[in-house]
Amino acid sequence: MQEPIVKIDNMRFSRGDRVIYEDISLNVEKGKLTAIMGPSGIGKTTLLKLIGAQLTPDSGSVLFQGTDVHAISRTKLYDLRRKISMLFQSGALFTNMSVFDNVAFPLREHTQLDEDIIHTIVMLKLEAVGLRGAAFLKPSELSGGMARRAALARAIALDPELIMYDEPFAGQDPISMGVLVKLIKALSKALNLTSIVVTHDVTEVLSIADYAYILANKRIIGEGTPEQIRQSDSELVQQFLQGKADGPVPFHFPADDFSRSFLGAKK
Amino acid sequence: MKFLQNLGKSTLETISSVGASSIMLYGALFALPTWKNVRLTIAQMHVVGVQSLLIIMVSGLFIGMVMALQGYTILVNYGAEGSLGPMVSLSLLRELGPVVTALLFAGRAGSALTAEIGLMKATEQLSSLEMMAVDPLRRVVSPRFWAGVISMPMLALIFSATGILGGHVVGVDWLGVDAGSYWSIMQATVEWDKDVVNGIIKSIVFGLVVVWIALYKGYSCIPTSEGISKATTETVVFSSLAILGLDFILTALMFGIS
Repeated sequence: MQEPIVKIDNMRFSRGDRVIYEDISLNVEKGKLTAIMGPSGIGKTTLLKLIGAQLTPDSGSVLFQGTDVHAISRTKLYDLRRKISMLFQSGALFTNMSVFDNVAFPLREHTQLDEDIIHTIVMLKLEAVGLRGAAFLKPSELSGGMARRAALARAIALDPELIMYDEPFAGQDPISMGVLVKLIKALSKALNLTSIVVTHDVTEVLSIADYAYILANKRIIGEGTPEQIRQSDSELVQQFLQGKADGPVPFHFPADDFSRSFLGAKK
Repeated sequence: MKFLQNLGKSTLETISSVGASSIMLYGALFALPTWKNVRLTIAQMHVVGVQSLLIIMVSGLFIGMVMALQGYTILVNYGAEGSLGPMVSLSLLRELGPVVTALLFAGRAGSALTAEIGLMKATEQLSSLEMMAVDPLRRVVSPRFWAGVISMPMLALIFSATGILGGHVVGVDWLGVDAGSYWSIMQATVEWDKDVVNGIIKSIVFGLVVVWIALYKGYSCIPTSEGISKATTETVVFSSLAILGLDFILTALMFGIS
């Protein structure tokens, strides 16, 4: 079997006193679309930031193409990040630039290409996401779905090897959602990209993923191909897939015994 | 006990923020000046410098006019209204120019810098720069820092110059002080190194402190609307206090010991 492009080993991460991840291990295979699903607030974005080395785990390691991303110098990390792209939930477009300049930004920063070639590349990328006509609009003039597509064009501008999508479907209307699902699928096939999609939109992502992990309770509670996930007999996985309010993943945020809160006993 | 705990906590927080802001300053200062950075710096000078010109010039004009009016009513009692020129120009060049410009600069440009960077943080633009392998310190912070440090002395000089003209308008054109004595006594009294250069040094120091505070506050703010509003307020408050405190120290060093 091929060496996975991203390999997380026994990673533990906490923020202050709050443990986000107890002990996580997962692999992302090259050229595959890997989905990471889980309820909101579980720290899925944090996981992507850990892979991109914006955050450092308490213990354990994250390997990208065999390199421990947390153990290398800043210069090496920056070299490595050129191979990784991330699509932020908000799009994170630079609001002071047009869509064109946003997509051209990584090219202008990291390559010596002249403006004619940059123009061609940017237009090709925008054509791929269907926004060539919106090249000279400002990000504030775009709808949420269009902003995310523009950000996607920027993310693929440098032809990365790995692209990480943070909640690409959140808050989209059905049409934009369909467009994004189709785009992510098409891009990963056409460019032979490795993709990590972090989301809680189970149906959409299971329709395009090659492999999926389910995160809950600070650890991975299920993994497998979409078919295996659907067939899983784990109570936790089924609760998540069917969207039950209560179950192994509790409805209540951890709190004191309720009699103490309600019957006047002060801390 | 609780008091001691809080005292310890806030002391530790202060020390760590001094450390963090020093690291940021270091990163901004020693970002290699590439051609791209120079272009970005010039673009930022337009924002923090050129766009502050109007408020600086209008304030300078009025302060000069008020100074001439106040100075005249006192000096005329001693028949010394001819010394109005040096009075206006010395107060402006030594004190009011650098200090008032810096206070206006903190309100006009400092708060804008904090809000801009804080919002870039809140909308994940700084994070996305990081992920695009572009150092936000070099790309965002450094050009703004240098633009502020370069613009501030120029603004202070422009402030003083318009103030002196304002003094002329009131003193000479309105109250009838002799134009020849306004300019010639000014020329004879104002010393290049002692007055003008010291004023420039002051304004460079103030500029540095204002942009440093503004950029650090924006960069380290809690990325929510309350966080940004708090950071912006703190920028203006801390910068103003720092300007006034530093002005006393610098004045003591420059003019106090002879």
